[in-house]
Amino acid sequence: MRPIHTGNLRSLFWSFTRIGLLGFGGGPAMIPLIQHEVVKRQAWMSDDDFADMLVIGNTLPGPIATKLPGYIGYRVSGVMGCCIAVVAIILPMILAMILLLGVLHHYQEVGWIQGMGSAMLPVVMVMMLQLMLDFGNKSRLALGISPSMAIALCAGGLIYGLGLPPGWVVGGLLAAALLLPAPGREKTS
Amino acid sequence: MIYWQVFLAFFIPNMVGYGGGPAIIPLIEAQVVTHYGWMNAQQFAETLAIGNALPSPIATKMAGYIGFEVAGVPGAIIAILATVVPSILLMLAALGLIYRHRHSPKVQRMSQWVRPVIAMMMGWLAFSFLNAGLQQIGTLHTGVIGVAAAISLLHFRIHPAFVVLASLCYGALFLG
Repeated sequence: MRPIHTGNLRSLFWSFTRIGLLGFGGGPAMIPLIQHEVVKRQAWMSDDDFADMLVIGNTLPGPIATKLPGYIGYRVSGVMGCCIAVVAIILPMILAMILLLGVLHHYQEVGWIQGMGSAMLPVVMVMMLQLMLDFGNKSRLALGISPSMAIALCAGGLIYGLGLPPGWVVGGLLAAALLLPAPGREKTS
Repeated sequence: MIYWQVFLAFFIPNMVGYGGGPAIIPLIEAQVVTHYGWMNAQQFAETLAIGNALPSPIATKMAGYIGFEVAGVPGAIIAILATVVPSILLMLAALGLIYRHRHSPKVQRMSQWVRPVIAMMMGWLAFSFLNAGLQQIGTLHTGVIGVAAAISLLHFRIHPAFVVLASLCYGALFLG
C-alpha cells in the first residue's frame, strides 16, 4: 500500500479542475488535455500506461471523461483520489449550468428570453448532425457502409417503429456482440 | 418513486452508451423527453446548447442539471452518481480481465456495433429538433439560424460557445 499524501490530493484536484475548465466539446475531445496533464506535467503514468488505460476505457460504456479521472485518481491516491479527481473535473460546470439555466427559466415569461430559448433549437439540430456525421464516419471506417446501415436500420425499426426502449435494443446488441461466435481472424479490424 | 426513476434514467444510458459522453445524449433524451416526459424538446435543446457552450464533460453536466430540475439537489446527486460510479467501478474492478481481452474481436465489436445505432439516434434527434424549431419559430428563422450555425460549426469550425452566444442574441432580437 502506498501512503496517501495530501499533496497528491491537492495536485489531483487542481489538475482535473484545470482540465475541466479548459476542455470543450465533451469527454472524447478532452483526452489530449488529460494526457498532457497526467503524463507530461505530473508524470503520474507513462505514455504506454495511458494508452492502455484509454483502450480499456473505450471498451467500457459510460463517459470517458469521468472514467479516466476516476481511474487515475485511484492509482495516485486510492478512493479519496478517485473521488477528488472526478468531483474536480465535473462540479464547477454543473453548478454553472444550474445557475445559468436557472436564471433563464426564472425569466421565461419575458418575451426576448423566450426567443433566446427557441433560437437554440436549430443550433442543437446542427450540433446533433455534426455528432451524427462523426459517429457515422467512425462506423463506416470500422465496419463498412452496408453493415453500419443494416445495424442502424434494424435498430431504428425496433426503437422508432416498434417503440422498444433504446436501452434494451442497444443492450441486446451488446449481448449479441459478446455471445455470437467470433468471426475469422481476417475480419477483425 | 422519483429518485429511482432519476437513477434509472441516467444509469441505463450510461451502461449501454459506448463512445463517451456525446454518445449518451440521444439515449438520455429518449429517457428524459420521450419516456418520462420531464422536459420538452425545447427545454432539452436549451440544456444541450448551454452544456455545449461550457467546458467539462457533457454527460455529467446534463445529468447534474436535469437531475436538479426533476428532483432538486438529491436528484442532481443521484443522476451524477448513476452517470459516474458504475463505469468507474467497472474500470477498476474489471481492469485485469478487460486488459487480457482488450484486443479480442468480441470486445472490440461491442463498441463498433453500438456506434451506428447511436449515429442513427443522433440523426433522429436532430430531426426532432428541426420539427420543434419549425413549429415554434417558423421556416424562415429556423432556416437562417440552422444554415448560419452549420456554416460556422462545420465549415469554419468556430467554437460552439460563440455560435450559441450569437444565436442567443439573434433570438433575443428577432424572436422575442
